[in-house]
Amino acid sequence: MSQATAEATLPFEEALAAYDPVLGLEVHVELGTNTKMFCGCATAFGAEPNSQVCPVCLGLPGALPVVNEKGVESAIRIGLALNCEIASWCRFARKNYFYPDMPKNFQTSQYDEPIAFNGHLDVELADGSTYRVEIERAHMEEDTGKSLHVGGSTGRIHGATHSLVDYNRAGIPLIEIVTKPMTGAGERAPEIAKAYVATLRDLLKALGVSDVKMEQGSMRCDVNLSLMPKDSTTFGIRSETKNVNSLRSVERAVRYEIGRHAAILSSGGKVTQETRHWHEDTGITTAGREKSDAEDYRYFPEPDLVPVAPSAETVEALRATLPEPPAARRKRLQSAWGYSDLEMRDVVNAALVDLIDETVTAGASPAGARKWWSGEIARRANDAGSDVPTYAASLAVTPAHVVELESLVTGGRLNDAMARQVWDGVLAGEGTPTAVADARGLELVQDTGALQAAVDKVIAANPDVAQKVRDGKVQAAGALIGQVMKEMKGQADAAAARQLILDSLTN
Amino acid sequence: MTNELITASAADLAARLAAREISSAELTQACLDRTAAVDGVVHSYLHVDAEGALAAARAIDERRAARESLPTLAGVPIAVKDVMTTKGLPTTCGSKILEGWIPPYDSTVVTRLKAAGMPILGKTNLDEFAMGSSTEHSAYGPSRNPWDLDRIPGGSGGGSSSVIASFQAPLATGTDTGGSIRQPAAVTGTVGTKPTYGGVSRYGLVALASSLDQAGPCARTVLDTALLHEVMAGHDPMDSTSIDAPVPAVVEAARRADVSGMKIGIIRELTGDGFQAGVQQRFDESVQHLVDAGAEVVEVSCPSFTYALAAYYLILPSEASSNLAKFDAMRYGLRVAPHGIDDPSAEQVMAATRDAGFGDEVKRRIILGTYALSSGYYDAYYGSAQKVRRLIADDFTRAFEAADVLVSPTAPTTAFAFGDKIDDPMAMYLNDIATIPANLAGVPGMSLPSGLAPEDGLPVGFQILAPAMQDQRLYAVGAALEARLLSAWGAPLLHSAPDLTAAGKGA
Ligand SMILES: [Zn+2]
Repeated sequence: MSQATAEATLPFEEALAAYDPVLGLEVHVELGTNTKMFCGCATAFGAEPNSQVCPVCLGLPGALPVVNEKGVESAIRIGLALNCEIASWCRFARKNYFYPDMPKNFQTSQYDEPIAFNGHLDVELADGSTYRVEIERAHMEEDTGKSLHVGGSTGRIHGATHSLVDYNRAGIPLIEIVTKPMTGAGERAPEIAKAYVATLRDLLKALGVSDVKMEQGSMRCDVNLSLMPKDSTTFGIRSETKNVNSLRSVERAVRYEIGRHAAILSSGGKVTQETRHWHEDTGITTAGREKSDAEDYRYFPEPDLVPVAPSAETVEALRATLPEPPAARRKRLQSAWGYSDLEMRDVVNAALVDLIDETVTAGASPAGARKWWSGEIARRANDAGSDVPTYAASLAVTPAHVVELESLVTGGRLNDAMARQVWDGVLAGEGTPTAVADARGLELVQDTGALQAAVDKVIAANPDVAQKVRDGKVQAAGALIGQVMKEMKGQADAAAARQLILDSLTN
Repeated sequence: MTNELITASAADLAARLAAREISSAELTQACLDRTAAVDGVVHSYLHVDAEGALAAARAIDERRAARESLPTLAGVPIAVKDVMTTKGLPTTCGSKILEGWIPPYDSTVVTRLKAAGMPILGKTNLDEFAMGSSTEHSAYGPSRNPWDLDRIPGGSGGGSSSVIASFQAPLATGTDTGGSIRQPAAVTGTVGTKPTYGGVSRYGLVALASSLDQAGPCARTVLDTALLHEVMAGHDPMDSTSIDAPVPAVVEAARRADVSGMKIGIIRELTGDGFQAGVQQRFDESVQHLVDAGAEVVEVSCPSFTYALAAYYLILPSEASSNLAKFDAMRYGLRVAPHGIDDPSAEQVMAATRDAGFGDEVKRRIILGTYALSSGYYDAYYGSAQKVRRLIADDFTRAFEAADVLVSPTAPTTAFAFGDKIDDPMAMYLNDIATIPANLAGVPGMSLPSGLAPEDGLPVGFQILAPAMQDQRLYAVGAALEARLLSAWGAPLLHSAPDLTAAGKGA
């Protein structure tokens, strides 16, 4: 648990009555390239510390960087997907500062010549409205190593007796996406911040450039926030809350910082320009490093690398590889599938859009696809701490199975209850739906003779109920249907059984 | 016999090795014996690898005995400047901060020497991190000029120039950031080439100034220099700034030695005032030799060269300040605990190590560079220097429209005495006035001996400069001049150098 104590905060509504928040978000995304940005080392997450290193990413004397072309392509695709202009010529720059987890004591980054700039991303809010987030730039850089501070209580460098450094992460390609300051968000600022990060995450996932796992740090968010008095247009002093690494935390951090800034300002104080640490457990931020605009990284163009100069043809070829924007795709699919807003939201939240799309494309009905993927399997996936697509893949359960199951129902072989049993079998690894149905001997009895015999038997055994039906209480037939189904060991079409009962008693 | 082997040219030795008249083991042993006899006074080497060199020599002899077809220089031993990484052999860059560091990888140049079958005799001395013109800034003591042991052998590559001038090796590698191959060649009566920037891979070259550094060959004849140039040069995918084009036909040009019809441009700004009388005299005579050989002489003006030194001493320290940041005691090299601090932080260890590990000249340039890159000063210093750099490149472009090659004395003076300029950095820097423009523009340059200055009997260097990727022109002109001078002298210049074995016994 964090030791830090919370500072004074003003209630959210009170803060917003007096001040307008100005929000800025910086998101770092680790690209999912197979190799690092400037060397051939692997990038797998969770490998043995310092097992994915070489002279280049360890910054050994004499080693030189070579740009990963895939990394540049990903950067350009991200830029295009964010509606940015793409630089026809740009350079890497060295950002110079000393830190033990940075092998060269400079980070190879971009400074005044980013690969992508001047874009926007439209973000849908809960009330159905859209907020346009202006993108200032997206630039390429390399990640640093990872320090593990040992011996202190907080895991931070202060109080630690020593530190261990894992350079596996050093040199992994990063894209930093920086928004322009967002104004006019008012009380929607926390929601916009969260929605922006969520939308960006979906976009990057759809692009296939990153696994965007916030919990593993492959997507990291810094929240810049300042307040200005309602009647002012001059930005206040901002705080920079680092590493806010879940969607919920983004929303909470913005809300917290609004309250904290407002408390300082309303009591006549001055906000300190500094970085802040976010505490997930307590939902507060605490002071980090004090920052000034004069902080000097002595940027200069990286002389070990040649400029990046993508041709117009290259950029257009990459544009052609862009997937449909996730929001547009969701709208298109919702309308094609005929889902209600609520149904669609559930499907999106459960990460089922792709799976249902594949299943419908493979021949299932949209209703059926939704029904089978969000039922039993979703419950089991949840128990396993997984999402449905991952869980289904681990079971080797595919859209084709859903299509087959549904066709067994529409073809009349199975009723709904039987189909559920078959699905259980499929999930248990017993084979395809047909194989499971065969093995379990599940089949609707089509022979009306057998069904009629069962109906006659049940009517004979329940004269009182039969008489009620004859007297016009048709709903009483339900009890008889149940018994007929029992007699048939479930392998009957309930609708057919009902029809036969009514026919037998009303003619 | 031994004496004759060590004074022979590499071309001659290669022919005799190929004819199996001599063995590489015998030749390598002769070089090592010479080192044992004279390096006590010359101090060319920081590290001698007798065992490794002899093993490599024997391996080549075996392959030759097995009738394998071998590269031209196979079996000819070579000395390597201690700024190039050598797997398993110490690489100190003449600095205490890298004392004891054994690189885990070979620089591309060393990989190519090994592939060419050249036994590596050892690592040669240099000014710390190649910063200097005299080797007086080596942390391990200076090398001495075989012509006069009280004088400097040039720098930074004074180890490589003296090792070949004292007949310890027929060939050596050098690096040239502002003249570190050419000026040592000039003051020791040897030959050295700085190839076109990007002509030789910088991978594994411990960087001084990335945009200026270029590795090249050092030898006693123009043809030997060409033979080594051909081994070292060529595209390397590990160096982004490496040129992906065929190596200029330098050996062929050296063999043809043809200057008929060539236009030789004398750079007005690099003659006359400020050049020692004997240096100017030998230069003028050499130009006349070229005219006699069929060349035409024109005068060209390069007005921006006046600012070359100033621009160079902003760009070099800027890049160096960043390149040398990696020496922080965290991963390799020296580690010094700060005095009087019980539980030092990583930053305190970094500071203490850099304080103890770097010499004065290195610190001077780090401070200069850090200042020049600082925000608020960047445009005035680094930015302006880059503009001057472009003007110098423009001067070259114009000059090469009027002339095929440009010529000047390599250095304003012959070798100066130890201590003469050590306390006057500006005087030391001025020694590189004629060599620096080529580095700023990335064009190739060569220095070869043009005789002894009458007033002090010390060698004078003649510099030839060619357009980028026209390195072969250096060799055509250099070989033509060398042939004329040789017939005028009757014997190679180095044959009139003092007998070092006598000095060795006296020391
Ligand atoms: Zn690596």
